Amino acid sequence: MSLNKSLLIPLGVFIGLVILLALGFGLRDPHFLPSQLIDKPFPQFSLAELSDPDRTITTDDINGQVSIVNVWATWCAACLVEHPELLRISREEGIRVIGVNYNDESVKARAWLARHGNPYAFTIVDDAGRLAIDLGVYGAPETFLVDATGVIRYRHVGAVTPEIWQNTLAPAIALLKGDPS
Amino acid sequence: MIIELGHFSLILALGLALCLTLLPAWGVQTRNLMLMRSAESLATGLFVLLALSFGALSYGFLTDDFSVNYIANNSNTALPVNFKLSAVWGAHEGSFLLWTLVLGGWTFAVAVFSRALTLDMRARVLSVLGVLAVGFILFMLLTSNPFERSLPVYPAEGSDLNPLLQDFGLIVHPPMLYAGYVGFAVPFAFAVATLWSGRLDSAWARWSRPWTNIAWACLTLGIALGSWWAYYELGWGGWWFWDAVENASFMPWLVGTALMHSLASTEKRGVFKRWTVLLAIAAFSLSLLGGFLVRSGVLTSVHAFAQDPERGMYILIFLIMVIGGSLSLYAVRAQGIGGGATFTWRSREALLLVNNLLLVVAMGAVLLGTLYPLAYEAATGGDKLSVGPPYFSAVFVPIVLLLFAFMAVSPQSRWKDTRQINLSRQLIYLIVAMLAVAAITWLLDAFVLQVVLINAIAVWMVINLADDLIRRVRQKRDRLMALVRQPVSYYGMLLGHGGIVVSLIGICCTVYYSEERDVRMVPGDVLTMSGYEFEFRQMRRVPGPNYMADQGEFVITSAGRTIATLYPEKRQYRAGGQVMTEADMDPSVFRDLYVALGEPVGENAWAVRVHVKPFVRWIWVGGLIMACGGVLAVTGRRYRLARGRELPARTVAASA
Repeated sequence: MSLNKSLLIPLGVFIGLVILLALGFGLRDPHFLPSQLIDKPFPQFSLAELSDPDRTITTDDINGQVSIVNVWATWCAACLVEHPELLRISREEGIRVIGVNYNDESVKARAWLARHGNPYAFTIVDDAGRLAIDLGVYGAPETFLVDATGVIRYRHVGAVTPEIWQNTLAPAIALLKGDPS
Repeated sequence: MIIELGHFSLILALGLALCLTLLPAWGVQTRNLMLMRSAESLATGLFVLLALSFGALSYGFLTDDFSVNYIANNSNTALPVNFKLSAVWGAHEGSFLLWTLVLGGWTFAVAVFSRALTLDMRARVLSVLGVLAVGFILFMLLTSNPFERSLPVYPAEGSDLNPLLQDFGLIVHPPMLYAGYVGFAVPFAFAVATLWSGRLDSAWARWSRPWTNIAWACLTLGIALGSWWAYYELGWGGWWFWDAVENASFMPWLVGTALMHSLASTEKRGVFKRWTVLLAIAAFSLSLLGGFLVRSGVLTSVHAFAQDPERGMYILIFLIMVIGGSLSLYAVRAQGIGGGATFTWRSREALLLVNNLLLVVAMGAVLLGTLYPLAYEAATGGDKLSVGPPYFSAVFVPIVLLLFAFMAVSPQSRWKDTRQINLSRQLIYLIVAMLAVAAITWLLDAFVLQVVLINAIAVWMVINLADDLIRRVRQKRDRLMALVRQPVSYYGMLLGHGGIVVSLIGICCTVYYSEERDVRMVPGDVLTMSGYEFEFRQMRRVPGPNYMADQGEFVITSAGRTIATLYPEKRQYRAGGQVMTEADMDPSVFRDLYVALGEPVGENAWAVRVHVKPFVRWIWVGGLIMACGGVLAVTGRRYRLARGRELPARTVAASA
């Protein structure tokens, strides 16, 4: 019985497919969710400030220096997890941290900050979730790295842990500070 | 505690699955009857443990146990109870548990309903299913454990189920779809077991047919439900998006359809044996591939599953082992298997071969469109590209229309070429169909050339089906009796093909006759469209259990008569803050009226999207009819007989 080579064709096709899938797979950095907003300016907004509701924050307040914009809420468990790290970053690393209080009640949010400490230079009240929608937020917490010209440079989904700071955010900020373009 | 029991059951299930893989296989090799028989009780135990595990997770959802990560992420105390239960499969981990439970269910069903198989064959089939269960359970325990807790600090409130998924469609769509996906594991297991035993005869085709058809029917229903859900829930009025995840379900469906037909040829005429085995492997492989694409994050899609590299890598390795392994087995074991009986180019065998080739080519076109962005990204080193509906319409539609043309004449064909298809008669039928459709569209003032051509094919199919049925009963004395005496499987075929006709007409009319308008409206405005007046009466705020809605009231009249009052909503969900569009529609047989709210634009004004979609219901009703046909085709007497009799593993003579 001679070997029927045509029977190997399906296996060959499959191996080709696997190579393709493996390639596509290796290319992707999985913690980096593709965002339409990377390298785009921070969305336009005009919203109240949490501790001083008479004050209006606009996009201009974001510009001027490299900032971390952190989307949080009192109902979000993971926000409490990342909170100590955010406090440390704002106090020790000299990076401005801006809060976006997302779909929350301001009374609760103020009490929460009073209790756990406030790492934020100011907190934008996004009680209707409009800004979060413009930012393409999936859920809290999410953290955006915005450069001095107000352009979003990086997005992190999930809690900011010391490892995330060490391995991702800190190097990215160093890069942004060294090369403001 | 209950959660830990669920977790523990899952671990025990892994143990049983390992036993199910090894013991019967060892029994087969050593001809140990007891070990071979153990397969049945092992399969039963596996199913029971998986069901316990699933029940434990459901219990956690019902009791709002937010110390479990998965529950905290996908539920909320305010979530209605029915959605708490469907939230069990609302995200990756739980839906994979459901997937595994469904595999357990199929395995159990094989153990129970295939007592007619020879002992060694049953041991082999169940052992192959055991391998799959090991893979799935291990995947869950290693990378996506739904029972993981976040102790000691856990949230007091859950972050709620994705609002898109808080819907009836989601309660029924995934279980159906999974029953279909995973159901193809059974013909796969039969095919592998047959290759393993080296007895590639017609008998295995007979065993596989009922399982294949039922899995196919489930998949058909699952896809139809998904399409229906997308239509009313996503708020765009679309019913198919050629999204990667939809394609992932459509590819196994196309190959499964080919497999159903090919199995019929193999069973009845002993032809295409190798090809049928290959299709059985391919149908399940495409199901697995779909799982990989959806859950690994390789392709981005509207279906947001949590994506993780570890999971992708695991599934990829699993794919290589299962598909690569079975294809290698095929390359080695399918050597020397003959093509079986001969046939001529106008016989039913030949038509079925064409049907198979076209279905596989259509699948290839979808696969290419789905993977091309990935290939492009790999080749260019990161550029993203998306292949949209234009590609699929341009490539897929011509193939399918050609397929339909062959399908139309297929009822006229006979096995072995006992009767030639009368081509001139077919030409007359086609012309009659075209003239009829042209006349109807002309009278309704809706003449569109494409519609006439496509619907003519549909009518042509109906004429041929009717012609065949008439031929079967015409010469009989008692025609009513003759109608009843036709085999049930014949009516299954009629329904299956009739369902395609219904869907085809629905798709064609929806595509060409739909009207759609995006307008800015304030309360009091009236929009006139396709002979209907849509009056925007008012807006009000309506609270829901876990959301707050802005609800519009639209009164639709036609020629002074009130047709319907629609209440489309814009909902804001409290826990996650997501804003959802809840469209409202007035469905009917010949048209849907569909109103969806867009964004508020200024004082009192809203962006409103209004659709008039003729025949859109036909698309899903056709799917339902097809699924019924698929089941009916294998509930005939023949299969009941086959079950009652101990089938020896020898070639079963062609029975028809």
